[in-house]
Amino acid sequence: MREYWCLVAEKIMILLKMSGQGQRLNVVPTVTVLGVVKARLVGATRGHALLKKKSDALTVQFRQILKKIVSTKESMGDTMKASSFALTEAKYVAGENIKHTILENVQTATLKVRSRQENVAGVKLPKFNYFHEGETKNDLTGLARGGQQVQACRAAYVKAIEVLVELASLQTSFMTLDAAIKTTNRRVNALENVVKPRLENTITYIKGELDELEREDFFRLKKIQGFKKREIERQLASARQFAEEQVAEKVSLQKDYYRLD
Amino acid sequence: MANRAQIQTNNSALIAMIADEDTIVGLLMAGVGNVDLRRKTNYLIVDSKMILLMLLSFAYEKCSLCFLETTVKQIEDAFKEFSTREDIAIVLISQYVANMIRFLVDSYNKPVPAILEIPSKDHPYDPTQDSVLSRVKYLFSAESVASGRR
Repeated sequence: MREYWCLVAEKIMILLKMSGQGQRLNVVPTVTVLGVVKARLVGATRGHALLKKKSDALTVQFRQILKKIVSTKESMGDTMKASSFALTEAKYVAGENIKHTILENVQTATLKVRSRQENVAGVKLPKFNYFHEGETKNDLTGLARGGQQVQACRAAYVKAIEVLVELASLQTSFMTLDAAIKTTNRRVNALENVVKPRLENTITYIKGELDELEREDFFRLKKIQGFKKREIERQLASARQFAEEQVAEKVSLQKDYYRLD
Repeated sequence: MANRAQIQTNNSALIAMIADEDTIVGLLMAGVGNVDLRRKTNYLIVDSKMILLMLLSFAYEKCSLCFLETTVKQIEDAFKEFSTREDIAIVLISQYVANMIRFLVDSYNKPVPAILEIPSKDHPYDPTQDSVLSRVKYLFSAESVASGRR
């Protein structure tokens, strides 16, 4: 489910980026949001590192499988050639009619394939194993003549099947890993080139806005401080003036009083 | 995830084959042949009769297309059936047969059942034509994949 949302987010972001407004997230520039975005950036960085590791692990596995596929394909040619020769020998000794006997004797498969899963860095790879089940019906084929050749031929073909089954599981792993590596790389790139720059841009944006607000606040406080200072000075001045007037009044009153004396 | 195919782990699955008669006989000898209750086999013999029909259809182009279609269609149908059956894990297909239905084989991209191209007695194996190996070649600077061919 998380992966799904990652994908959806990734697609939306790509769309936004295309329309040219995906440079930052559309958020309110506050300290809380800054914390949230920072946490998201940390998460994105960790996810990026982990996905990168996963991609590397898958690539290592992928290269090994490629090498194995190439060598097994080559050995398959030889094995098939050997088994073809064995069949020709069997036909020569036991007669051409042996193929009808074999074609008629098919009932249920005695050589079957069992599949199991192998886990490589969270990617499930199928592995095939072959196994024998029940009795082989062809035991009596070629009883009249050429029995040995028939048995040798059978052994050769069982060997061929062994190689083929191994090759099949390698090939399936190859295809599964190929798809997995593609998805992982896409996610790594999306995180690296879209998600992380956006979050970083958002953080710088929020920081810039916060600084701006702080400066505004500081300016406002300064302004108020100055205003208050001036107010106090004015009051002081008026008080002083009042006091002086009072003194002057008192003095003149006293003068008048002495004159009356 | 939508594009990740589920890999089921069933305990016993069959190997299906589309090949020439000799290869099929050999593989049947090893014991991979299976006939179910409805007499459906897990192999298709692309025998000389089919090839002859195809050759005929190339020779007499007039009434030929139907011949060609029936033979290739048979192979196509078998391939489609084998690649969708639940109880089949691997489909072995001779390379020259795969070349007849190359478009189907190339467009097939499920992990299970795995499609495997094998050489046949009359037709030597050409790694450049293999759908998987050609993809391998893109990713891998393998001198040994096609041994310098192409």
